Amino acid sequence: MATSTTKLDRRSFLKVSALAGGGLVLSFSWLAGCKPTPEQALTLPKEWFELNSYIKIGENGVVTLYSANPEFGSNIKTSMPMILAEELDVDWKMVLVEQADFWPERFERQFTGGSQGIRQGWTPLRTAGATAKQLLITAAAQTWKVPASEITAGAGQLEHKASGKKGGYGEFASLAATLPVPEEVPLKDPKDFKLIGTSKKNVDLEKIISGTPLFGIDNQVEGMKYAAIVHPPAFGMKLASFDASSVTSLPGIQDAFAIQLFKEDYVRNFFDTATFPELVAIVGNSTWEVLQAKKSLKATWEKAPESSFSMTGFGGPPYQFKVPSGLESTETHQAKMAEYITKPGNVLRRDGDPEGAFKKAAKIIEKTYTAPFLAHNTMEPVNCFAHVSADKAEIYGPTQAPEFIIGTIASALGLPKEKISIKLARMGGGFGLRAYSHHLVEAALISQKAGVPIKMVYSREDDMTYGIYRPSYSATYRAALDANNKLLALHVKAGGIPETPIHADRFPAGAIDNYLAEGWQIESNITIGAFRAPGSNFIAAAEQSFLDELAEVMGKDPIDFRLELLKRAETNPVGEKNDYDAKRYAGVLELVREKSKWATPAAGLHRGVSAYFCHNSYVAEVVDTKIVDAKPVVEKVYAAVDCGIVVNKDAAINMGEGAIVDGIGNAFFGELTFKDGVPNKNNFHTYRMIRQQDAPKAIEVHFVDSKEEPTGLGEPYFPPVFAALANSLYKATGKRYYQQPFAPQLEMENLKM
Amino acid sequence: MATFTLNINGSSMQVEVDPNTPILWVLRDHLSLVGTKFGCGMAQCGACTIHLDGAAIRSCSLPVSSVGSSEITTIEGLAEKADHPVQLAWIEHDVPQCGYCQAGQIMSAAALLRENPSPTDEEIESAMQGNLCRCGTYLRIKAAIKTASQNL
Repeated sequence: MATSTTKLDRRSFLKVSALAGGGLVLSFSWLAGCKPTPEQALTLPKEWFELNSYIKIGENGVVTLYSANPEFGSNIKTSMPMILAEELDVDWKMVLVEQADFWPERFERQFTGGSQGIRQGWTPLRTAGATAKQLLITAAAQTWKVPASEITAGAGQLEHKASGKKGGYGEFASLAATLPVPEEVPLKDPKDFKLIGTSKKNVDLEKIISGTPLFGIDNQVEGMKYAAIVHPPAFGMKLASFDASSVTSLPGIQDAFAIQLFKEDYVRNFFDTATFPELVAIVGNSTWEVLQAKKSLKATWEKAPESSFSMTGFGGPPYQFKVPSGLESTETHQAKMAEYITKPGNVLRRDGDPEGAFKKAAKIIEKTYTAPFLAHNTMEPVNCFAHVSADKAEIYGPTQAPEFIIGTIASALGLPKEKISIKLARMGGGFGLRAYSHHLVEAALISQKAGVPIKMVYSREDDMTYGIYRPSYSATYRAALDANNKLLALHVKAGGIPETPIHADRFPAGAIDNYLAEGWQIESNITIGAFRAPGSNFIAAAEQSFLDELAEVMGKDPIDFRLELLKRAETNPVGEKNDYDAKRYAGVLELVREKSKWATPAAGLHRGVSAYFCHNSYVAEVVDTKIVDAKPVVEKVYAAVDCGIVVNKDAAINMGEGAIVDGIGNAFFGELTFKDGVPNKNNFHTYRMIRQQDAPKAIEVHFVDSKEEPTGLGEPYFPPVFAALANSLYKATGKRYYQQPFAPQLEMENLKM
Repeated sequence: MATFTLNINGSSMQVEVDPNTPILWVLRDHLSLVGTKFGCGMAQCGACTIHLDGAAIRSCSLPVSSVGSSEITTIEGLAEKADHPVQLAWIEHDVPQCGYCQAGQIMSAAALLRENPSPTDEEIESAMQGNLCRCGTYLRIKAAIKTASQNL
């Protein structure tokens, strides 16, 4: 049996008070998976006893588990408490889950992003659950005057077999809450897991389907006013002046003023991205009135000169971050990118003698892949509630990263961090966008200036044209083959505006003797941010499309070719710092080959394959398309996944279905272009998103049976889809797809999109 | 400003608002019925779908002055105990991820099944085409509609 030391995470065991008061509003438990009858609904206890930061138990045995990380749809609010409940050994039907507020004194890493929730939560949550169970056992041992080692626990019940004594957790919770935290606790053997590996339904399901207030945008308090913002019309522009009276005379409008997000001396952090540090705010009586007033605001804008600010990266001293001037256009972006392709890049990795190998090559294959900027387009537009008074601030809004914005809010408001509370709203989508929480600062500043609680809402147009986009990328792959079509060398040179997508130590590095990876970047004032599997979401598309084309030239089956490379990386790797496990990588390809019956697709189906490793998980996908009435239809997608132990199976499948749909949508349609700094799309009538009719007709997700510690799934399903689709479309149309989005090129093939 | 008496979820409700105010904002800001969601403001995403005399409409683009005495149904009023067959099917299939678009999806689905209790796949796809789901839960939405269709 493994043990875990509680010293790992002392914060979780700090008790604010041994007895936490009852009286919180709790919903029924929907965790049993169906609508409960009245007798199934949990009765709230009279008193709660807090065993640690994550767990409190009522005298009647009802358990509240806190979900510390913000929820944006990856279902961690259900899956992370399942890990607690597993080690606590409590009946899931007796569990209520509550979203914790941002509370760094009590919780580690209240951050949602990088597919790290489950992976980094695994040991701390197991330890917290096991520790609480141990405290309950100790309490029972003291009460019954028997050795703790003779007490068994299960499904919220304690038992001492020799004496026949039995009792529920609730009976011992009050004593357990007063006991010292053990230094070390036993953890279960994964083979004894009862809850982990099963499927538990979304704990907020009932609220979602009944329209119960749940999101930040749903928040309302007495005396609240509404706010809208007006930001400059283009990247590279800033506010010159505005006339407040142009809107304050309108019905329902109270005030209009400018806000500045950053104080002069403030050193920004990596997540302080704010495209427009100065905005005009309009405050009024209703959302409709403030959104309408935006149209009447008389403001003049001017070109912003080049500027810079101090920023801290991840560790290290602050550096100067430069924002170039200028009104940028896609046309000039593309010309610049074409120029960079021909110039030497920064060498990121070199194995063997790639230049020599290319000189000796009998054949060189070179292909360039590109992708545009993408907007996140979360369904819930940017918004935030704030109530700032003279000595404190209450913030409630959608954020993936409260830890990285609280200092910014404190600086902007001139209040100490301790006086700022951030309540974590369920987010109507995140995908990386809400790691950048400028909107929390904006709402706080507006509330401070207006002197009332406010809810700020961006219009869809504000949201889509604000920036923090997925960068635009380009990658050129070159392969050197000898006269027998043997692969001699591989060279990738990839860059983007404003950053390179390359992860130089990932496959196929390690599998090829002569390998060269180069990166380049072009500066821009169009802001970018994390977008579901940053970098990977493009480079996987380029790399896995190129390997497909290469396999064809070499006369090999695309899966066999990848497996050969992976076998080399596993048995005799090139270089030392290869950032993947070749055997697990091969494992998902083998699984998808088996599950898709790769060699024997159904008649009329055209299939493509792709595999990628990122964010600690391995995913291979096969896409089957067919052409129906001159329209490409994605008939089926198979995914094979190695994420170690699967915590919540159906939720893990749901994540796969969603990411595959998202990837197909962005591959077909996703695109944001610019003219003189202005995005050419600002709402869903022009920004095409995947809809019901374009979605695959079926998706099958299969997991590698694994006892490895779990890794995340929010991102890893996404990058492989692009190339699996492109490779399938090649089979269907005879054309390779090098430029995303694919729809315009498919239309040139006389196909309907 | 003008006073309107609206028939919402079987109750008569009075509001005093600008006649151009879309029903979406009347519901959300003035009547605290926030289940109906704001997504795009131009009838392109379906997050704000409600029923007007049983038919699915986008409330973000419907001025309060045009409603008259028509019956408005929102997600909060679809079924008293949130147990409409569509809602139950959504639970059975554990459809949502972030959940933001789902009220609109459910309202569109319920209107579809009212008109056409046994829709084909193509009819479901066509009827649900106006409802975006950024998380990509389209397959579960379709499966849940088929389940609901069997349990009407």
